[in-house]
Amino acid sequence: MSTPPGAPVPDGPPAGTFHLAVALEGAGAHPAAWREPGSPARELVTPGYWAGLVAEAERGLLDFVTFEDALGPPPSSPTGPDGRTDRVRGRLDAVLTAARVAPLTRHIGLLPTVVATHTEPFHVSKAIATLDYVSGGRAGLLVTVSGRPDEARHFGRRTFPRGPADSPDGLGSALRAELLDEAADHVEVVRRLWDSWEDDAEIRDVASGRFVDRGKLHHIGFEGRHFSVKGPSITPRPPQGQPLVGASARVGAPPRLLAEAVDLVFLAPRDTEEVRTLTDGIRAARSAAGQPEGTGRVFADLVVFLDESATAATARLRRLDALAQEPYAPGTHVFAGTPARLAALLTEWHRRGPDGFRLRPGVLSHDLPAITRGLVPELRRRGALRTARPGGTFRDLLGLARPASRYAARYATTRPGRTTAP
Amino acid sequence: MSTPNRPSGPNRPDRPRKQIHLAAHFPGVNNTTVWSDPAAGSHIEFSSFAHFARTAERAKFDFIFLAEGLRLREQGGRIYDLDVVGRPDTFTVLAALAAVTERIGLAGTINSTFNEPYEVARQFASLDHLSDGRAAWNVVTSWDAFTGENFRRGGFLAREDRYSRAREFLAAAHTLFDSWTGDEILADRESGAFLRDAGAGAFAHRGRHFDIAGHFDVPRSPQGRPVIFQAGDSEEGREFAASDADAVFSRHGTLTAGREFYADVKGRLARYGRTPDQLLILPAATFVLGDTDAEAVELAHEVRLAQVSGQTAIKFLEHVWNRDLSGYDPDGPLPDIDPEPGENTVALGRASVRMHRDPLTVAKEWRELAAARNLSIRELVIETTGRQTFVGSAATVADAIDSLVQQDAADGFILVPHLTPTGLDVFADTVVPLLQERGAFRTEYTGSTLRDHLGLRTPPPAAAPAAVATPAPATV
Repeated sequence: MSTPPGAPVPDGPPAGTFHLAVALEGAGAHPAAWREPGSPARELVTPGYWAGLVAEAERGLLDFVTFEDALGPPPSSPTGPDGRTDRVRGRLDAVLTAARVAPLTRHIGLLPTVVATHTEPFHVSKAIATLDYVSGGRAGLLVTVSGRPDEARHFGRRTFPRGPADSPDGLGSALRAELLDEAADHVEVVRRLWDSWEDDAEIRDVASGRFVDRGKLHHIGFEGRHFSVKGPSITPRPPQGQPLVGASARVGAPPRLLAEAVDLVFLAPRDTEEVRTLTDGIRAARSAAGQPEGTGRVFADLVVFLDESATAATARLRRLDALAQEPYAPGTHVFAGTPARLAALLTEWHRRGPDGFRLRPGVLSHDLPAITRGLVPELRRRGALRTARPGGTFRDLLGLARPASRYAARYATTRPGRTTAP
Repeated sequence: MSTPNRPSGPNRPDRPRKQIHLAAHFPGVNNTTVWSDPAAGSHIEFSSFAHFARTAERAKFDFIFLAEGLRLREQGGRIYDLDVVGRPDTFTVLAALAAVTERIGLAGTINSTFNEPYEVARQFASLDHLSDGRAAWNVVTSWDAFTGENFRRGGFLAREDRYSRAREFLAAAHTLFDSWTGDEILADRESGAFLRDAGAGAFAHRGRHFDIAGHFDVPRSPQGRPVIFQAGDSEEGREFAASDADAVFSRHGTLTAGREFYADVKGRLARYGRTPDQLLILPAATFVLGDTDAEAVELAHEVRLAQVSGQTAIKFLEHVWNRDLSGYDPDGPLPDIDPEPGENTVALGRASVRMHRDPLTVAKEWRELAAARNLSIRELVIETTGRQTFVGSAATVADAIDSLVQQDAADGFILVPHLTPTGLDVFADTVVPLLQERGAFRTEYTGSTLRDHLGLRTPPPAAAPAAVATPAPATV
């Protein structure tokens, strides 16, 4: 991280802000996860599989789940398709999967991945607004970019050069910067569309015959380098006003996307040292970009393999690595051990800055229940995690206020225009 | 189907009774939804969609249908505020409905102009998996720059190119759906072979509108492909339906017009190597039910008055006149000035405006009608903008629906209630049992997929290798 650390956070986030999430992808984060006994490898594109995963996460009182996605099969190298037949292939659209499980759950936040590079912000905005309606205020989205030449060929509208072989995400730095900048515009359009209906635009005034007050519907008039969008949305302002937008920090200095456009930042520390530097770096970048304190939440990602003994967990990871025929190197910290030891590590890391953690279960069928039934009780015992679930929206769960529409705020001087912490 | 075959209507005593197909449209944006009724509920809360879908499923309907909007309508340069405004995203709400229903088909309009085949194919294949085989796609086209202003591809199609793009879009989507044959996933833990071979999902499509290639990442879905619907009524639209659609949504709900359309479109199938049972004709239909026919007629008139307020009548007139008529009294006579010729610039984002014939001719006909029957503007609009298709007691309506189907004016109907979300309930409770008693409508679902309900076969993958012994599975 090249950004100088900002104001240090010596004592970390206040007590009670420990947040826990899991990332859902295929059979699990490890490429050989599908080969683990008990992993339902033939059911990965069935609704029952996803409903079961999210129900388990909700039973464990986790704050939210993310649904990983891309617009092409995942390659085992970042440079393109690989012709392998020993990896999970086949995946469902993340937004639809989140919508499918939404009516079956009541409390957990649902964040599907959206690839800003190849999607229309108008479609994305109404889809996530609708997810917010069908989930009763539990929607968000995880915005990503794709510079993969093979995914671009699926759309046939733009071409990308193959990135340098040593690049961790397969992108050259100029292209990465351009795609991230475009994604920041994408998020801006999505947000303006959410605000384009004021909350009370639907009036159903029988006397005047008007269903809406068109003074409370706004053209957004976005003009950017990559696209322009007129608005307003076709979908009324969602229950949360602004569903939460997250993105992962990959490499280099935090771009505008992370510093300004998103609410949730997912960091990938490789060790305990990096937890503080990365967290401070992103907070400093957000502060420098004028984001008021307390308007975002920072999460650290870890891949976890949990067993009753550290030996068993390590042996399982080694066994999976052997099956995959290469060591597992996901670019973030990999933890293999007991739930108690992980609880100790997370509470230690939490003191170093992040508001919470997104765990990537190595094998979903094994490690997700180990999180909900093993780790969560350990964290409660340590007083790190709340013991009951507060009601309300996903924003409420993360302690983030519901913002007023920016268009309403323009005219209402008594109302704050920006999100503020409660 | 377990229901007995009985002698049919007067026209065809020689054949078994046709089975009626019924579907319901959750109304979107139009003046037919009576939002001012105290019984009208939310048009956006999920509970409304869930109620509607469950009612349709309780009545054993084939599917529910959602239309789509990509830009709010404007009239006279301002957002149109008299009708219901606002709707959810089609895919997202259908996927959520899959969780609260088990059998009912889930059909949605998705535009082929402001989307890309890879993404749409992925969404429909996902919806078909997530609903265990209940997805349907109503393929529509747009070409207007007004809608294009909301999309990064911007611009728009030349009007004559819209079906060309739609056809190629659908062909590309079919290539993607067929890129998996259904037997690729081995998931053999011992050997480590997840896929039978690395070619699963490989595709290439090159045409005038799309040049795409790569690997589709959604395995073959329970229906193989979603059911394809088409809604256009033009010559090109009819041809598109005959070549590519499983069902066509028509606007011809009367006996004469319905029979003409039915015969015309079914007659086109042979040239595509298809048989008449491979395309269903489903007109949109409204209904008003009463305890007696007289009561229903009275209620239907009240509904029309609620649907066409004075303001709404003036706005409708502006669609034809293409000029500001806000100074006119809806209870007074028609304007004596002529319509503004040329492209309609007053009403934007309305499909219906494009369907008007030459405005001068329409205005002349309307003046003559108004003069002959002494109609005010509002009375004339009520007279000319349609009326409820089925009005009467449950017995009368059941009889009318059955009769139209048995006489080949339709294969069934897509019902559009004027009340949301409870407008379908009375139909489900009173008309459906009568149709079931006649043996004209199912009493239970006999299959699990939408193709099963519609009597359509699951298409084999176009490029299925001959060596494949097992067909695409009915369920995954």
